[in-house]
Amino acid sequence: MEGEEEASGAVIDEIYSNGGEEKRRPIISGEQLDIEAYASLYSGRTKVTRLLFIADHCGNSSMQLEALRMAYDEVKKGENAQLLREIVQKIDGRLGPNYGLDQAWSESVDRKAEQRKEKLENELNAYKTNLIKESIRMGYNDLGDFYYAHGAVGDAFKNYVRTRDYCTTSKHITTMCLNTILVSIEMGQFTHVTSYVSKAEQTQEGLEAVTVAKLRCAAGLAHLESRKYKLAARKFLETGPELGNNYTEVIAPQDVATYGGLCALASFDRTELKNKVIDNFNFRNFLELVPEVREIINDFYSSHYASCLEYLGNLKANLLLDIHLHDHLETLYDQIRRKALIQYTHPFVSVDLRMMANAFKTSIAGLQKELEALITDDQIQARIDSHNKILYARHADQRNATFQRVLQTGSDFDKDVRAMLLRSSLIKHEFNAKNSRKL
Amino acid sequence: MDSLEALVAQIQGHSSSLEDLPLLHNLLKQSEDLLQSEGPRLASYLLQLEPSKHSLGYLYILEAITSAPISKEQVNEMVVSAAAFINACVAEQIRMAPDKFISLCKKLKEQVILLETPIRGVAPMLTAVKKLQPTSERLTTLHPEFLLLCLLAKCYKTGLRILDDDIFEIDQPRDFFLYCYYGGMICIGQKRFPKALELLHNVVTAPMSSMNAIAVEAYKKYVVVSLIHHGQFSVHFPKYTSSVVQRNLKGFCQIYLDLANCYGTGKISETETCVQTNRETFEADNNLGLVNQAVSSMYKRNIQRLTQTYLTLSLQDIADTVQLNSPKEAELHVLQMIENGEIYATINQKDGMVRFLEDPEEYKTCEIIEHIDSSIQRIMTLSRKLNTMDELLSCDPSYLGKVGKERQRFDFDDFDSVPQKFNI
Repeated sequence: MEGEEEASGAVIDEIYSNGGEEKRRPIISGEQLDIEAYASLYSGRTKVTRLLFIADHCGNSSMQLEALRMAYDEVKKGENAQLLREIVQKIDGRLGPNYGLDQAWSESVDRKAEQRKEKLENELNAYKTNLIKESIRMGYNDLGDFYYAHGAVGDAFKNYVRTRDYCTTSKHITTMCLNTILVSIEMGQFTHVTSYVSKAEQTQEGLEAVTVAKLRCAAGLAHLESRKYKLAARKFLETGPELGNNYTEVIAPQDVATYGGLCALASFDRTELKNKVIDNFNFRNFLELVPEVREIINDFYSSHYASCLEYLGNLKANLLLDIHLHDHLETLYDQIRRKALIQYTHPFVSVDLRMMANAFKTSIAGLQKELEALITDDQIQARIDSHNKILYARHADQRNATFQRVLQTGSDFDKDVRAMLLRSSLIKHEFNAKNSRKL
Repeated sequence: MDSLEALVAQIQGHSSSLEDLPLLHNLLKQSEDLLQSEGPRLASYLLQLEPSKHSLGYLYILEAITSAPISKEQVNEMVVSAAAFINACVAEQIRMAPDKFISLCKKLKEQVILLETPIRGVAPMLTAVKKLQPTSERLTTLHPEFLLLCLLAKCYKTGLRILDDDIFEIDQPRDFFLYCYYGGMICIGQKRFPKALELLHNVVTAPMSSMNAIAVEAYKKYVVVSLIHHGQFSVHFPKYTSSVVQRNLKGFCQIYLDLANCYGTGKISETETCVQTNRETFEADNNLGLVNQAVSSMYKRNIQRLTQTYLTLSLQDIADTVQLNSPKEAELHVLQMIENGEIYATINQKDGMVRFLEDPEEYKTCEIIEHIDSSIQRIMTLSRKLNTMDELLSCDPSYLGKVGKERQRFDFDDFDSVPQKFNI
C-alpha cells in the first residue's frame, strides 16, 4: 500500500508509526452529515423515520430544522396525516407559515381515507362471499397497503399476515413475506423479520437474485438488532450486488457496507476477515460506496491501528444518527478496540507499553487499565511489569495445570460419591420408615 | 429383696459365656419395672458387679439409677462412676442394648454441662462412641453429643479425629443433621474450611420432607464460609436438594445472601456497611466473628487477583487497587499472605515494589507421587463400595417389586427378565 521499497530501517519505522504519517488520500469524513444526500438514498416511510431520528438526536438546531423540513415535504407527498401532525408539533412554527398545520390538507386526506377504506372493505366482503382465493388475497393485500400508507402499521401487519392463507403460488408467498418484513422492520419487531425471512427462503421455486439480496439484508438487520454481530456480518457480506437501489424502502447499499464492515471488524477473526471481507469480490462493490469503511478494514488488517482508530472516531458522530446502528455503536467500537489491542500484543514476547500507548493514542495509565481488564477476562495471556512498563507474554504451563486439574477432579469425585452414598442411606431410611408406618 | 438378689446372681452367673447373653438380656428386659421401682437401693448391689465382666447387667442397673432424679451432691459421684463404667465396659455386651447405653451417655452429658465442666465428658464420650459403633462407617446417636461436648469444651482437635472417619450408614436422620452441623462448626474453628464446606453442604442438600432449623443455621454458616474459602457464592442449589429446601431456604437467610452479593461486587466499603447495618442479626446468630473473617478475606482475594495480571507492582498501587489505607498496610498484608503460602512473591523494600512469582510446585517430587497414588487407591475403594451397593439394591425385593410394576409390556419375551412373583 505505502511505499515499502526503502531500506529495512524504513520498514521498522513504518511498523512503529502505525500508519499515522502516511500520505492519505483525501477522504471526506468527519464533516457534518449532508442531510439531503443522506435522505436521497432512501424512499418511503423509512426516509421520514430516519429524518425524524436525525432531528431528535443531532446536536444543532439548523440540522434539526433542515431534517424536519425535508420530513414535512416527504410526508405531504403521501397520505399519512397523523405523522404530519407529529412533525408539525416538532417544527413548532420555526420554519415559517408554509410549514404549519395544513388543516385543509389533513381533512381532505382523512376524508379520502375513510372513503377508500369503506370501498376496500366492501370489496373484500364481496370477494369473501364469492370465495375466490386470488381476489381475497388481493383484497387483504390492498387493505394492508392502505393501512401502511396511513401509518397504521399494526393493522397493516395483520392484514398482510391474513393473505397467507390465500397464497397459491410461491410468488404470492414471497410478496407476502416481503411486505410483512417491511412492516415488521418499521414496527421494530425483528423476531417476525427472522421468521418471515426463513419462510421466504424456503419457497419451492427459485427466487430472483434481487429478492435473495433483499432477504439477506433484512436478516442481517434482524441479527444486528438482536446483537448477534457475527451472524449479521455474515448476512450482510452475502448480499449480492444485485441489491442496487431496489430496497431503498429499508436500507441503502452504503448501509450494507457500513453495517457489514463494522460488524465484521468487531466479531471476525483474522482469517475470516481476510476471506470473507477483503477478498470478497461482491462486497467490494459495496465498500467502494463507503471508502472510509474500506480504509478502516484495510488498516486494521495491516496493523495500522492509529489511523484505523482515527477514522473510526471521525465516523462516529455521523453513525450515531443512524437508526439501526445507534444503540450498538458503542459496543461495536469497544469490541473493535479490544480486538486491536489483542492483535497488537499477540505476536510479541514483550511489548513496551510506552510505544503501545502511542499507537493507541492513550496514556500509559489508561492503557494499563485496559490491558488489565483484558488479562482478567483471559483474552490476553500476559502479565504487566508495572515497574518497567513492559508487557510480558506468559504461556500457561500445561503440565502443571493438568496435574492441578487431576487432583481437583479426584477430590471432587471423592466428595460427591461420599455425599451420594450418604443421601441414599438417608432416603433408604425414610423409605423404610414410611413402609413400616404403612404396615 | 429377694428378686433383686436373684437378678444379681443371674447376672454374675450368665455374663461369662456368649450363648447365655441373649437369655440374660431377655431376663433383664423383663426385670425393668423391678429395677425402676427399687431406685435408691440399687447402688449397693452395683458394688457386687464388675463393669468389665458383667457389662450388660451393670448397664441396666446403672441406667435405672441415673434415670431417677439425682440430688446435687450425687451428681459428681454419678459422673465419676459413669465415666469409669464407659471406660471399662465390654463393647459386644453393650451393643445388645444400645438405647440404654445411649440414654446413659446422654445423662452423663447433661450432668457434665450442669457442672459447667464439659471437658470432663470429652474423653469418656470418645470411648463411648468408639465402643458403640459396630464399624467406623456408622453414625450413632452419640456422635453429635460428643461433638457438642467438644465444642463447649473447645477441644476441637479431639473432635476432628472423629470427623476424619468417613460415614456411610446412618441410624437416624436427626443425628446426621446435628453431626454435620456441629462438625462444620468444629472445622471452622480449626480453619479447615474445605471439610467444613463439605459437611455443611451435606446438611443443606440432605433429603428432608419439611424445613429444618438445623438446615437453616447450617446454610447461613455455609454462605459465609463459602465466601471465605472460595471468594464467591452461587445461589444455585444442586439438583438433588429437596424441593422444600429449594423453595423456602432463601427466605430465611436473606441477609446472608445480601452479604454475598456485596462481597461479589469486590468493594470493601460496601461490604463493611452491609455488615454494620446487619450487625445485630449476625451477633444473634453467633456468626459475627465469621462474617468479620469474610470481610478480611476480601483483601486477600483482591491481592490474589493482582498476581494474575501483574509481574511487578508498587506497594502504592497495591494499596490503591485493594482499597487499603497506606503502602505500609499493603506490605503487611502481602507479607502475611506470603507466610501463609497463599501467594508467591518477593518484596523489594528499596523500590517499594513487589515481584510476583509463579507457583514453584513442579509436581515432580516423591510426595506428590504418593499423594496421587493414595488418592487413586481411595477412589478405587469408593468405586468398589458403589458397586456393592448397586448389587445389593438390585436384589432388594421392594425395589424389584416396583420395577416389575412399572415395566412396559410389549412382547412375550419381555416377561422373562423379572421373576413371576414380582409382576403385579
